[in-house]
Amino acid sequence: MPQVMDADRMSRALTRIAHEILERNRGLDELALVGIRTRGVPLARRLARSLKEINGDEVPTGVLDITLYRDDLMRHPVGPQPVVRSTEIPFSIDNRKILLVDDVLYTGRTIRSALDALIDFGRPRGIQLVVLIDRGHRELPIKADYVGKNLPTSLKQSVQAPTKS
Amino acid sequence: MTAIPQTPGPVVPDVAPATLRSRHLLGIDGLDAREITLILDTAEAMKEIGTRSVKKVPTLRGRTVVNLFFEPSTRTRTSFEVAEKRLSADTLSIATATSSVTKGESLIDTVRNIEAMAPDMIVMRHASSGAPHLLARMCQSAIVNAGDGMHEHPTQALLDAFTIREHKQRLAGLKIAIIGDLLHSRVLRSNLLLLKMMGAEVWTCGPATLLPQGIGQMSAHVTTRIDEALDGADVVMMLRIQQERMHGHFIPSVREYFSLFGLTRERLRRAAPDAIVMHPGPMNRGVEIDSEVADGPGSVILEQVSNGVAVRMAVLYLLAGREAGGEG
Repeated sequence: MPQVMDADRMSRALTRIAHEILERNRGLDELALVGIRTRGVPLARRLARSLKEINGDEVPTGVLDITLYRDDLMRHPVGPQPVVRSTEIPFSIDNRKILLVDDVLYTGRTIRSALDALIDFGRPRGIQLVVLIDRGHRELPIKADYVGKNLPTSLKQSVQAPTKS
Repeated sequence: MTAIPQTPGPVVPDVAPATLRSRHLLGIDGLDAREITLILDTAEAMKEIGTRSVKKVPTLRGRTVVNLFFEPSTRTRTSFEVAEKRLSADTLSIATATSSVTKGESLIDTVRNIEAMAPDMIVMRHASSGAPHLLARMCQSAIVNAGDGMHEHPTQALLDAFTIREHKQRLAGLKIAIIGDLLHSRVLRSNLLLLKMMGAEVWTCGPATLLPQGIGQMSAHVTTRIDEALDGADVVMMLRIQQERMHGHFIPSVREYFSLFGLTRERLRRAAPDAIVMHPGPMNRGVEIDSEVADGPGSVILEQVSNGVAVRMAVLYLLAGREAGGEG
């Protein structure tokens, strides 16, 4: 199992992304972070902390569970079914810029589900995508706005991103 | 961050897979403690959907669910319908008063005809115990028992357990008093099975004429004195006097029943100070429960109704995931 990113590099990447977010959005007004369960959640929390360190402002942070929006739910003949967990978005997303956070961007199907789920909560002004790793092999026209690391992989590989909050 | 070889395919969820063993929900009998916990945990996530402004997720889009009610029901049928709609299933409800059952069609013929229209699930209520089990043996669709005769009403027991867990954070070790018409109650049977499996201490109480045979084996304590059942109880569950099922004289009069078994505020003082009061509905105010208690501070009767939707969503979701499986 080759290691492509250690704790230091991961945290530098997150700090850089935090700076990019501030630069591109000219401040934190009307921004909110939403982490996709499971691994996007600690990343969203860490980004919120970095943004606060840099700018001093608290960014509202939510948790999105996409299980009920998956497109492969009923396709397993005898399912192992993913466990549904709750979504916690304790703020209105109307007219906000939402930063959607996940660990690994791969086929894009998770993000497709997350976009559908988010839009059921209101009408955000915009949604931007933050991922720690982009491993390629997209099956849908989806692209990340902020990437920690581009990691070329083959379809036979799997990428694990253990994260601490 | 590591890269390990893996077979190609869709992204595998990184949460523990969990599923029900059967593709039908016929009763609590047949579930195990792990499955009950899975349903209750899933219901917690489902409950959040009911708090959104758009109370709908696309999970069961394109699925057809038929609600087939051979017995009157407001709460259960509405609750299933709301649950199905929140999951985006196509639903249709058939009540026997408006169906060909009144023209003499048999249960099996009615269901065969409905099956010919290829629904994915049939939610059914029937006055005969075991009717859903019969259908489960001959149908392609998944069957959900919404109450069969005097046998079981599994989703009611699940929503009761969900409500108790919300208030007490557990089921194990609680003293739960179930009081009323024990003989005719399918809610009692499902609740006894579930609560016993989850480790609660259940006291049942009712007039001697309304104690079913063998209740002693199902319930830890049986009594005909309500004060004994209430003493220190964490949960008080009142059951309706089911006059429509009483073909005979079981109680001398409604007033006498109330004076001996009705839940009043004075009697409730014997229970734990933070006891919750439950009733599966419909309530006979002034028969098994005093209005003062039904609308009082410990009453969670309306919460039970809203939780019913979340629990039924969980059941439908989990069964839909099992659907393509073999026999169950």
